[in-house]
Amino acid sequence: MATRTVPLDIPTLRQQFPLLQQQVNGHPLVYLDSAATSQKPQRVIDAVNSFYRHDNANVHRGLYELSRRSTERFENARVVMARFLNADPREVIWVRGTTEGVNLVAGTWGIENIGRDDEIIVSVLEHHSNLVPWQILAQRVGARIRHIDIDDEGRYRLDQLADLLNPRTKLVALQHVSNALGTIHPIAEIAEIVHRAGALLFVDGAQGAAHVNVDVRALGCDFYALSGHKMCGPMGIGVLWGRLDLLEAMPPYHGGGEMIDRVEIEFSTWAKVPHKFEAGTPDAAAAVGLAAAAEFLEEIGFDALQAHEQEIVQYGLEKLREVPGLTLYGPSSPNERVAVFSFTLDRVHPHDVATVLDAEGIAVRAGHHCAQPLMRRLGVPATTRASFYLYNTPDEIDRLIDGLASARAIFGG
Amino acid sequence: MNVSEVNRETPPLNSLFQQLILEHYKTPRNRGALADADVRIEMRNPSCGDEVLLQLRFDGDQVADVAFEGVGCSISQASISMMTQLLRGKSKREALDIAERFTRMMHGDAEAARDKSLGDLRALAGVSKFPVRVKCALLGFNALEEAIRQHQG
Repeated sequence: MATRTVPLDIPTLRQQFPLLQQQVNGHPLVYLDSAATSQKPQRVIDAVNSFYRHDNANVHRGLYELSRRSTERFENARVVMARFLNADPREVIWVRGTTEGVNLVAGTWGIENIGRDDEIIVSVLEHHSNLVPWQILAQRVGARIRHIDIDDEGRYRLDQLADLLNPRTKLVALQHVSNALGTIHPIAEIAEIVHRAGALLFVDGAQGAAHVNVDVRALGCDFYALSGHKMCGPMGIGVLWGRLDLLEAMPPYHGGGEMIDRVEIEFSTWAKVPHKFEAGTPDAAAAVGLAAAAEFLEEIGFDALQAHEQEIVQYGLEKLREVPGLTLYGPSSPNERVAVFSFTLDRVHPHDVATVLDAEGIAVRAGHHCAQPLMRRLGVPATTRASFYLYNTPDEIDRLIDGLASARAIFGG
Repeated sequence: MNVSEVNRETPPLNSLFQQLILEHYKTPRNRGALADADVRIEMRNPSCGDEVLLQLRFDGDQVADVAFEGVGCSISQASISMMTQLLRGKSKREALDIAERFTRMMHGDAEAARDKSLGDLRALAGVSKFPVRVKCALLGFNALEEAIRQHQG
């Protein structure tokens, strides 16, 4: 069936984001920090609100009408996320975000399956959350962390991955889309390489799920973790997806209520997946909000979203390259990246760039983007990052360029 | 204080990026290595990546020489540069006193901002109105306090 990509109607779309309708420091807000957290459409705010306003009760506990409704909304949200990922609902584990997803896999599957002198492969580009949990695991079990580099365009050096893989490699942990450089990585191709060597592939999908269509079957990975707040959903909720056979064989993560089958004083048996991994009262309202966000993105469609981002990427690359003294990192080819622009400006430190932009109502991130090894690899202490999303416009590239001119005027850059 | 209360005012940029600050940023004083330093303190701001290596040589209780290296924003680098201008010949007590008065100024104490003995550092008074930048201005002073603590043993 042929699909037609209808261009996004950005003015109408923006109206659904109440936060964007404000002035900051006397200027219309230009929010360019969606890689840190996205803004929320009214329907997500409404979904969370209506859960508390009408249906709040503890899930999977009460026998009364309210609890039935809260449980139904919570479990329906899981079904929505399963559809969003092309997964089985039993494979959808609610977590607080990608970070907890990584820690869950490290603390359960990792502890059981990675031992002394085994190897975990990461990359120099990883976010600290896809690095530190593996370091902690490796220290605990005596395993080794190895890593691949990136090329000068911010792409994984897959030749190095092929060289590093060996029978001791148990896990490869990489990202789908880079928060720091915007690179979209070829996960399906990577999964094949990793599986040929007999290892598993964990994918940090914090940025991926927000920007590109995620079909975990087509990607062929073994675990995929995402954060709701990066994809128009609430903070504090995310999904860990794992292959059902892996999840079923894994020990529980946190102990507590909800994750048990039978509890004696000295031992217990566990609930089935996914509840085995969901101890304690979950943030059901946030899960409902995340499902509303997933439906919002499905309705927009990732083809339309990516077409819109490509327009911004092409215009952004063109305009940023014209700024004197500006060094832009990441892929030069638009179709290999999302609309995340990481750059340095000669003679102006990223913090100062961010402060000057803020005075003009432009919100960007300045710093190491939770990717200190990458900053060392690039040979810079920090970068400025302007990250665009579905509600941003090419006009906002112009506002950014004007703001950078102000920074250069102040600092003589 | 109410949990939904938030300050929505940001003052004009020229109260932050004063000419004297930019001048120290572009041509920092006492920048470099101090070969015979008694104390070397490396300090970083993990949230933003600013780094300073502060080096001090003491003559008894007095700061005999000082130098710094590091990378960071205009505020952190200017603040350290201005701080080093004041330290030679000061006793540890006097150096800590400067740090304390500067910290008070960063927390909005107007009297500290009129204190002539803070020298060029007074140009940083406006930083107090940019709360997210205060930690940049304090990085060098945190290193100074740690250096004196270590040297006192």
